[in-house]
Amino acid sequence: MSTFSLTIRPKRGWQPLDLREAYLYRELLGFLMWRDVKIRYRQTLLGGLWAILQPLIAMAIFTFVFNRMAGVRSDGPPYPLFAFAGLAPWTFFATAVSQSSNSLIANQQLVSKVYFPRIFIPLGAAGALLLDLMLSLLLLLVLMLYYHWELTWTALWLPVFILAAILAASGLGLILSALNVTFRDVKYAVPFLIQMGLFVTPVIYPASRLPGKWLHLLALNPMLGVVMGFRYALLGSPIAWDVAGISLGMSLLLFVVGLFTFRRLEARFADFI
Amino acid sequence: MEPILEVTGISKEYILGRHQKQAETFRELLQRKVAGTFRRNRSLTPDIHREHFWALRNVSFSVKEGEVVGIIGRNGAGKSTLLKIISRITDPTEGSITLRGRMASLLEVGTGFHPELTGRENIYMNGAILGMRKAEIDTEFDAIVDFAEIEQFLDTPVKHYSSGMYVRLAFAVAAHLHPEILIVDEVLAVGDVTFQKKCLGKMSDVSKSGRTVLFVSHNMAAVENLCQRGVVLERGRVVFDGTAKDGVHHYLSGISTATGTSGQSIDLSGAKDRRSQQAPLLRRLEFATSGDRPVSEGLAIGSPLKVRVHFDLQRPTASFNVGLGFDNIFGQRMFTAHSFFEPNRSHGDVVGPQVFVCDIPSLTLMPGDYLLRLWLDVNNSEADLINDAARITIVESDYYGTGKAPWNGAFVLRHSWYLDPVPQQGAVKQETTSVENKAASVSMTETR
Repeated sequence: MSTFSLTIRPKRGWQPLDLREAYLYRELLGFLMWRDVKIRYRQTLLGGLWAILQPLIAMAIFTFVFNRMAGVRSDGPPYPLFAFAGLAPWTFFATAVSQSSNSLIANQQLVSKVYFPRIFIPLGAAGALLLDLMLSLLLLLVLMLYYHWELTWTALWLPVFILAAILAASGLGLILSALNVTFRDVKYAVPFLIQMGLFVTPVIYPASRLPGKWLHLLALNPMLGVVMGFRYALLGSPIAWDVAGISLGMSLLLFVVGLFTFRRLEARFADFI
Repeated sequence: MEPILEVTGISKEYILGRHQKQAETFRELLQRKVAGTFRRNRSLTPDIHREHFWALRNVSFSVKEGEVVGIIGRNGAGKSTLLKIISRITDPTEGSITLRGRMASLLEVGTGFHPELTGRENIYMNGAILGMRKAEIDTEFDAIVDFAEIEQFLDTPVKHYSSGMYVRLAFAVAAHLHPEILIVDEVLAVGDVTFQKKCLGKMSDVSKSGRTVLFVSHNMAAVENLCQRGVVLERGRVVFDGTAKDGVHHYLSGISTATGTSGQSIDLSGAKDRRSQQAPLLRRLEFATSGDRPVSEGLAIGSPLKVRVHFDLQRPTASFNVGLGFDNIFGQRMFTAHSFFEPNRSHGDVVGPQVFVCDIPSLTLMPGDYLLRLWLDVNNSEADLINDAARITIVESDYYGTGKAPWNGAFVLRHSWYLDPVPQQGAVKQETTSVENKAASVSMTETR
């Protein structure tokens, strides 16, 4: 008999994170991400090209509508580059949140039939989109070559902002996916929230256009720091570190709140889904 | 030695009503909260009626290492809930369970299979979900493919698999897990007979290798053959805990009935799937059987069934017939009872409300659900017909009186086996099978 021992008891209230178990199942997270990547573009004509086409077309339209027609200016770099540097993390965030918030419902077979750390389902759904983010960053580098815009040492900051984007997206994904099990309202609220988020976050306009007196309140939006940071790291745009700092802190907070909220609601999943 | 699995005072409460199946929307939560706060206004908000139901009540037992335990009980007795709690899918409301070994469960084969992924990819995915490491799957990979017999389709998405291939692959992955405690639920209900036999063989290998197995199946013969111990659940409580043989016996004797009559009455006025030529003439169906259990809980194999058909005749006639068709859940007609075949009908013209009684001394269909089609012919043409007029459930029983449950085929028939006292000359080998030996040797090869 192994030394393994486990006691199952009724769970009520807040639960601690089970890191030991997460470690035991660590490969599963990889498998879930790999599965989502494999499935996403199966039976499509363009396959992985979709990952690049979406932000590219969005960039072209945004440049035409906001830059040429509405006269929105970037804060330095050519507008298409500027827009793309904001769209890359925003698209990742928007898709990751909508995919992961729906992930438990989409995998209800798994939730009601077999046990493994459920937390991996929304995390895997969000994580699978990292590949798309990497592809669009590669495309951005190509665009920078085209516009003769040089990459500087600030690019070393990029991993920090990518991490912040992951934390924000998966944190929100954890909360929304757990709520979605009991309240299907989430399904309708998420697309709307994401659409509104695009306007609150300086994706199409520079952060310097945000009203100064509201800035610290707007910094509670974790994606504000991420978008600012991507432009700072890749294009050398100015960054307000106090605002970005609050925003990055919010990403971390969102992730921690997400983890514990998920653990708390987890006990009811199998009975409610 | 400490038991490898200890179940102590486990209870599970479900709240019935719409909240169980359907998720509550945010508006409903608000309504509920508001209704609670302003008690005065309660009548203005819809009454959210909720019923509490204990799926398990104070269940305790413990399992020693290497024991193979059959969990036996009728549908709704709490077997599945118990296994779900042990496999950590849902939490108990009360009590605790201690596991002293790695556990894996096969609650439903093929969970985690994705139709778009190939066989190869699904083996890895499914293995990981069931708790295997990639390295473990690599080692077992060939054995899994071999067992499932899907080699040439390994790189085909499983959505193109036949259902047999799908099930084989799913069971193959699960069968190559190496947990110390294995939980198996109803896997044998699927697949073709040859594969079922293979699965049973694998199950018995597993149990012989000293691993602990919890086994749930409606196949009493399999339970008796594979398990040493039987735990019988009834309405969420343990009512028997002993040898598998005695457990099966206890379960079967609970089903076979004592004397008394219990009936069921079905009003046909609201029947949906109905074809009436003029007016709906069929009024009511009444069932009666011997025994103290109501018909609605299921008839034991071989129970008598008396069906009373209430209907109206609009004009005086002696030319009318009633038919009752028993269809299985796949829509195949298993048996038709028709008054047309009754030789002793001697009545003149009748009119108005009638009750036609169909008396079946012994209904020998095998366990399962049957749908009844009911029709009335007047003057040799159909006057009224109802599809799915009633459902009848047949449950297992000790029909042959041997303590063994019949397990295959569509129905049972009285028959006997005996040894020919004067064997023919030149016969090299004789078959000396008796019903009893057959059941005892259980392996599905005997299915003919």
